[in-house]
Amino acid sequence: MNETPSDLKFLDSHEWVKVDDNTVIVGISDHAQNELGEVVFVELPAIGDEFVSGDEAAVVESVKAASEVYTPLSGKVIEVNEALEENPELVNTSPYEDGWFFKLRVGDENLGSIDSLMTAEEYSSMLDGNS
Amino acid sequence: MNRTFLYESHLGLGSKFVNFSGWEMPIHYGSQINEHNSVRNSAGIFDVSHMNIFDFRGVEAKEFMRHVLTNDVNKIEDGSALYSVITNNEGGIIDDLIVYRFNNEKFRVVSNCSTFDDVNNFFESNIIKFDCEFRHRPSLGILAIQGPESEIALKNILKLELSNYKSFSFTERNKLFISRTGYTGEDGFEVIGEPEELQNIWDLFISRSIPPIGLGARDTLRVEAGMNLNGTDMTIKNNPFESNLGWVVDFSDIERDFIAKEKLLEIKNTNKIKLVGVLLNEKGILRSGQKIIKDDFEGEVTSGTFSPYMKKSIGLARIPMDISENANVLIRNKLLNVKILSLPFIRKGKIMI
Repeated sequence: MNETPSDLKFLDSHEWVKVDDNTVIVGISDHAQNELGEVVFVELPAIGDEFVSGDEAAVVESVKAASEVYTPLSGKVIEVNEALEENPELVNTSPYEDGWFFKLRVGDENLGSIDSLMTAEEYSSMLDGNS
Repeated sequence: MNRTFLYESHLGLGSKFVNFSGWEMPIHYGSQINEHNSVRNSAGIFDVSHMNIFDFRGVEAKEFMRHVLTNDVNKIEDGSALYSVITNNEGGIIDDLIVYRFNNEKFRVVSNCSTFDDVNNFFESNIIKFDCEFRHRPSLGILAIQGPESEIALKNILKLELSNYKSFSFTERNKLFISRTGYTGEDGFEVIGEPEELQNIWDLFISRSIPPIGLGARDTLRVEAGMNLNGTDMTIKNNPFESNLGWVVDFSDIERDFIAKEKLLEIKNTNKIKLVGVLLNEKGILRSGQKIIKDDFEGEVTSGTFSPYMKKSIGLARIPMDISENANVLIRNKLLNVKILSLPFIRKGKIMI
């Protein structure tokens, strides 16, 4: 079964978000990596890129297809997971830990929209509804 | 949705399924990359029972084949197979296929799954003038055993000695039709038979640790092998010469009249487009539909993927003949460098570029 850790928030486009004060970490869910299949390439944003929530911030490509990764909140990229450039399969083997994509610095004024994201429980039931 | 007789077996092996032209087929059984490399390095078994088998019988069966196929069955012996295409009157490709010659009065054709209606109509409308009959054989299944260890696997597991059968020959043994053909660029065999027989073979191979291979790896294997996929690398809008298939249009017997012969001859002499291999020199993945650009010339990637064997991104592209050596590909608004190559990328485990 797909995992959905309870300390994370989710988007209906299958990104997960972890909030630590003003730092927000973004990755894709276990369900998403499973659907994509073996990830062979990840295109990450540049440090310093500024995004508005809903922007396409990264691309993840499996053998069969390319998918966009959207940023859940508005903010500035402060770190990217460079390990994915050499080992994109980390997205498959460790979607919630080693397979994270990028970290954003989010201003206080934009942190409120985190409440509009799905809880792990809501995301799980969305997946159950799909299957 | 259609399912093959092996559906339950695929399910039991943990297959993930895909809708392939109305057929619920295995895309992979866990790892497409491992499946791909098993075929390059040892052997694997595929269920390709979704493909179409047509049998032809009649005193004019050979004449019929010589009329409808661009390639000429006269150049092969009984017990041999030939790759060909069939075209409309304009030389547009309806499908590619393999034709098997039993004798002058008996032939078999295996064609793609997605083109059934077009191929069936094509044979139906053209066969009228010939003393020949044909029938579709949906009750038969097809397994492909592919990879450098295919011959030894068939010998060990099924006690079939096939070392005397060269590439593109076939034989009939114990209710099975076995040809040394495939779609992977490796040595291998395709086995046609009744579902019960093929179920037994499938189970035996799986029990002897020959891995099942899904359509995902089938696609990456054929791209590495530089083989076209109909509907992707060529459609009814493409002629054989712009599809790297000029070699299957045989004009050598001037007496032979075949569909679109004059048109194809004209195309041969005027064609300015080619289908080539492309290798991405930078990070990223080639995908079908991406533009190839060089100077004022433009073309398009028709198949693109990550090559599990070369660990680089490769593809097929249809481009003007004016483009050679290298070009740019447009991926997400960025121009990246690609090398233009002749196909195949890989043959029998060897990287050819």
